[in-house]
Amino acid sequence: MVPLPLIAHRSPESVFAWRDGAPIAAAHYLAEVQRLAAAMPERGHVLNVCSDRYRFAVGLGAALLRRQVTLMPPNHTAGTVTELLGFAPDAYCLTDHPADDIDLPQLAFPPGEAIGADVLAVPRIDPQQVCAIVFTSGSTGRPEPHLKRWGPLVRNVVGEAARLGLQAHPERVLVATVPPQHMYGFESSLLVAMQSGASFDAGRPFYPADICTTLARIDAPRVLVTTPFHLRTLLGDVEALPTLDLIVCATAPLSPQLAREAEQRSGAPLLEIYGCTETGQLATRRATQTGEWEPLPEVRIDTRDGRTWASGGHVEQAMPLADIIETVADGRFVLHGRSADVVNLAGKRTSLAYLGHQLNSIEGVEDGVFYLPAETADDGVTRLAAFVVAPNLNRGALLAQLRRRVDSVFLPRPLVFVDALPRSSTGKLPHAALAALAATHLAKHAGPQR
Amino acid sequence: MPDPNESASDALLPELARLIVSALNLDLKPEEIGPDDALYGEGLGLDSIDILEVALAVSKHFGVQLRADNENNVAIFRSLRSLAEFVSANRSA
Repeated sequence: MVPLPLIAHRSPESVFAWRDGAPIAAAHYLAEVQRLAAAMPERGHVLNVCSDRYRFAVGLGAALLRRQVTLMPPNHTAGTVTELLGFAPDAYCLTDHPADDIDLPQLAFPPGEAIGADVLAVPRIDPQQVCAIVFTSGSTGRPEPHLKRWGPLVRNVVGEAARLGLQAHPERVLVATVPPQHMYGFESSLLVAMQSGASFDAGRPFYPADICTTLARIDAPRVLVTTPFHLRTLLGDVEALPTLDLIVCATAPLSPQLAREAEQRSGAPLLEIYGCTETGQLATRRATQTGEWEPLPEVRIDTRDGRTWASGGHVEQAMPLADIIETVADGRFVLHGRSADVVNLAGKRTSLAYLGHQLNSIEGVEDGVFYLPAETADDGVTRLAAFVVAPNLNRGALLAQLRRRVDSVFLPRPLVFVDALPRSSTGKLPHAALAALAATHLAKHAGPQR
Repeated sequence: MPDPNESASDALLPELARLIVSALNLDLKPEEIGPDDALYGEGLGLDSIDILEVALAVSKHFGVQLRADNENNVAIFRSLRSLAEFVSANRSA
């Protein structure tokens, strides 16, 4: 197999990234990769929690040179880090900020600057090398690892970069509101630029005013990589949006109104991406023009045995998808929502079964269940409800236990204490009974309050 | 020494509590949020999604935009009182 270059940039001065409105050259990046690689300990797995996107990229490149695997768990809670150690006992944490809450040996990002060379010597990586392991929360409670080899990752983002027009416009700069430690941000804010010769901003602007400031500082065509929730907040809070070349949006389907408004106010097309942690990016669509998704090159989406599968292209092994999908002409498809039990909030996916398992594993909980109310149609984030039988636990203690076990986005709101769950004689919880219980207890929260 | 903003920001407490409860669809009454209760983590349990929702509501309601480079962003969202002090000091100043 032919080794594949770490970056697609051609000359030492090619812009690799931006920070605070100043470009960072490709040669500088490679020098910092070499410097960090030399400082890395003799271990096999690294948890890269650098909050600066450029430093994360340096850590990723250095790990590849040292043949270390970058671990990408769904969150960094104490419970998750403990499970991570069970999976990879030699794991250490690379960080550019104090990360005292992460109980792993730590390597601080080295201070100072490396000096870039006059010629660009791009390292080449074996396509079979495992670059990252991304975890999803499995239905049994144990995180499930998904291996990401360098070759398929490159193939995936090169296909995506073509859709984003990055090979044709390497002057484009990606500004992302999502972290690089999440599969969407990993591919669509970082790898897609590294593998097309485009660049990305090192920051991760949070508030709408910050997004505008970051965009305004960059003297080049800009691409905003974001989510429906961030986009909705941005459009709701900002009078004048900076002009953009493109908006990229993923993690949840966007409402057609928001897609139209975003395009009108930014003057840019909005491209939605469909994918998941297991498969990476699979398809794109421009929502203002079509409801149909077009798979990336050579990717196939088809239905067999009552399930929908992704295969071909960068997808190494056919993978069942958690969404209800209708295939239409020419390999394109339409999304019809998620399969029962799957919960996807703010780009984080889990299942009601997993959450229920975590809830019922807490000492003092006699019975408990999570419930997903009807999702809001306004591009906001729907919160889960939970019903619990725990006569000897108070709300604060129970929530503190849950917070250790599940990502904060899945914490129940409300958490309702009940005397018993409406279980049938066989012990099952019929959906209708649960819906009725929810209607009784959630009614007081209903109503358009946003 | 009394803070000159104190009375003005105290007056904002009930209004901000109502704003937070309604923006986040919370499972409690506005008066149940104590002025010094922690908003993050162990207290009210807000996360970064909530913070963005509250920031948007504060911007619409008071015309005060939050930025990550506001000095001590974590301190602003520490409690209802700290948020009220920030809004009071920055609105139509």
